[in-house]
Amino acid sequence: MGLLMARQAVSDYGPVQLLDVDELEPDDLIAPCGSVGAPTVSIEKIENGQEGGRLRRRLEEIWGRPVKALMSSEIGGSNGLMPIVWAAPLGLPVVDADCIGRAFPELQHSTLELAGISPTPGVMTDERGNLVEFRTQSGIWLERLARAATVAFGGSSSSSEYILSAGQAKAAAVLGSVSLAIQIGTIVGSAAEDPVQTLVRELPAERLVTGKVVDVERRTTEGFVRGSAVVEGLGADRGRTIRLEIQNENLVALEDGQVLASVPDLITVLDSDSAHAIATERLRYGQRVTVIGFACAPIWRTPAGLGLAGPRAFGYDFDYLPVEARADARA
Amino acid sequence: MPELDLRLGIDVGGTNTDAVIMDRQDRLLAKAKVAGTEDVTGGIDQAIARVLAAPGVEPGRVSHVMLGTTHATNAILERRKLGRVALVRIGSPATHAVRPLFGWPQDLREALSAGEVIIGGGIEFDGRELAPFDPEALARFLGEVSSRADAVAVSCVFSPVSARHELRAQEIVRRELGDIHISLSHQIGSVGLLERENATALNAALVGVAREVTTAVHQALQRHGLKATTFFAQNDGTLMALDYALQYPVLTIGSGPANSIRGAGFLTGLSDAVVLDIGGTSSDVGVLTGGFPRESSQGVEIGGVRTNFRMPDLVTVAIGGGTVVHHEGDRLRLGPESVGYRITGEALVFGGKTLTLSDAAIACARASFGSHRVPPRLQGLAEGAMKQCDEVLAEAIDRVKTSRSDCPLIVVGGGSVLLPDRVPGISEIHRPENFDVANAIGATLASVSGRVDRIAQLGAGSREDTLAKVCEEARQQAVLAGASPGSVDIVEVEEIPLAYLTTPAVRLRVKAVGALEA
Repeated sequence: MGLLMARQAVSDYGPVQLLDVDELEPDDLIAPCGSVGAPTVSIEKIENGQEGGRLRRRLEEIWGRPVKALMSSEIGGSNGLMPIVWAAPLGLPVVDADCIGRAFPELQHSTLELAGISPTPGVMTDERGNLVEFRTQSGIWLERLARAATVAFGGSSSSSEYILSAGQAKAAAVLGSVSLAIQIGTIVGSAAEDPVQTLVRELPAERLVTGKVVDVERRTTEGFVRGSAVVEGLGADRGRTIRLEIQNENLVALEDGQVLASVPDLITVLDSDSAHAIATERLRYGQRVTVIGFACAPIWRTPAGLGLAGPRAFGYDFDYLPVEARADARA
Repeated sequence: MPELDLRLGIDVGGTNTDAVIMDRQDRLLAKAKVAGTEDVTGGIDQAIARVLAAPGVEPGRVSHVMLGTTHATNAILERRKLGRVALVRIGSPATHAVRPLFGWPQDLREALSAGEVIIGGGIEFDGRELAPFDPEALARFLGEVSSRADAVAVSCVFSPVSARHELRAQEIVRRELGDIHISLSHQIGSVGLLERENATALNAALVGVAREVTTAVHQALQRHGLKATTFFAQNDGTLMALDYALQYPVLTIGSGPANSIRGAGFLTGLSDAVVLDIGGTSSDVGVLTGGFPRESSQGVEIGGVRTNFRMPDLVTVAIGGGTVVHHEGDRLRLGPESVGYRITGEALVFGGKTLTLSDAAIACARASFGSHRVPPRLQGLAEGAMKQCDEVLAEAIDRVKTSRSDCPLIVVGGGSVLLPDRVPGISEIHRPENFDVANAIGATLASVSGRVDRIAQLGAGSREDTLAKVCEEARQQAVLAGASPGSVDIVEVEEIPLAYLTTPAVRLRVKAVGALEA
């Protein structure tokens, strides 16, 4: 859906310029932005397309200076594309960076939070023109209030928070993530001989298992889909059973009680043939998949990063080890 | 009074019309294959006449007629006979970020659209109103398109949660345009506005084609004194009653492949294989899993348009026995148009002037039929055409496979001869007896189904109550489609919780299947 919106915006208004953060002046204001809400709502209630303009106007009133560029709040999923949808009609550039370097379930799961950048004032709007301004004490409070407002709006909203300068972004954001996403898309789309293998080599990633989805279990608690998926190995991996623990994203990959990979590293389920990523809500019995794990942005591996998004932050009782270190230990 | 123990299966393809008679023990008593004629009636009529003339078949013993037709699919693939559709989306101020028909192939959009509008209104996921419904905007739009619209398609944000804005739109269309066909998205597709809207637009465009086919069937049955009940095959390999099919012709898309997949399984005794059905105009590749067509887990593309039906997981390519081979200078191009049923007049091997893939197959010694030879000067072209045809089919086969390991392939359909004896990734190729009527046989094996796909709030009532209500709706849908009320069972329940919401909501997909009403 994000892709369709971006394509329509670009076909209506022309292409959007992608900028390195260095191409901006250090004081230039950047607005990280994205959609908040349920995927099932976003495939029904598509945005109006002008939400970004409304967010920008209010931010400029608050800061008293112009927003010079938009930036993705989260490169994973359709939020990687929302800045393009909004930047096209505004004629603004988009910064080659984001605030996570992956997808995470909550707003405060942000490298900008780790850098001590204030999440507020943040603004949120809907397709009708309602606008909420948040002045909260912390990222967690922002998450709570923004989630409640999103439900009131009908399950989806558009928001911008952790407003920052280009100088701050250079130090705190995950740089180059838009280029990386384009590179991954190019590998997957170019129909290479073995796109999964090419991806594993280029990222680089650890191939955790190649097999078939044999069980998917999901339940909703506190607004999140939690559950697990079981992948049984095929071919060279026959006899292996890998279990993925899910809270909207894949949090942990386990084999016989042993951790293969965990947050904040990325665990991605790929279609074994096409290397297209399969989102957790699309996992189904019988799919032929390859599960890969790869490194998160370095800042997530710091004590502060692990405190916010390490295994213990998601309720697991084990210490984080980088996915490549776990693979080396097994080898 | 004779026993009512026979079923007549008819498959109307773009090229041929096939008919079979099956008895209660699923034995094939008669089969016929007739080249289509300009009017659909002719082909159906002749095919029925031929099977009824077979020894041991009495018209009075036929209890059911099951009709599978690729008319709808071919109309979309070839952009022919499509009605002009006025497309109304209810959802403004939301949804402008992706307008109706955005991303459609330009030629299909031009063939189908009488105009598009997004008007105020829509529903939220929890049933609240997204925005007030705007009847004036709708009336204005209808006034602008009334002279060129053959049908109206209405979609609305979250109509699977509440249909009230779509129903209001229906009233206004009735008032403004009278007896025009109206397709409402909540009756056609599931959650996912764009895919549901696309399917609804295609449905509205196909109503004329469906009327033509149903009229033809009525006339043919009357002429042969058949009092049997008529059913249409639909996309999941089950059946629906005639009136229902007239209202939802888009559901017949995919029925041909679903039937041929089931028929191919029946004919070979295999329960797991890749099935390739090569017709006169197009080829479908699907997968037989446990005796049934594998369903796509995600939306399927029809003629380049994304929809969200649960359909046989298929890859369709415009390759068939009648596909025209074009040559412009050194460039070779296959189709997409086909001489269709006119193959016996237009193909070179029948003395015609058009080089078709059937001609090419004969020139390459894969088949031998017809009355004339393909001129030797066209040999190079024929070989080039078959090479290209092999590549297209091999790629289509590869795309439906779920693993890299080799698997068996069943090839059926009148154009089977196009397929070479070796295909990459295929362990063995089965070419069963009666391969040419697998579709028609598959149609006679089917049962009747109903489906409901809803978003439900679990806050108010208990989960069990909600589920029971949705299951009852699915049962009623199956009965409406022609199932015998006592026989309907719920065969599939899928619950998908909605993420990132603090009030619990769940998407429920339920399928009910029953036996044909005797």
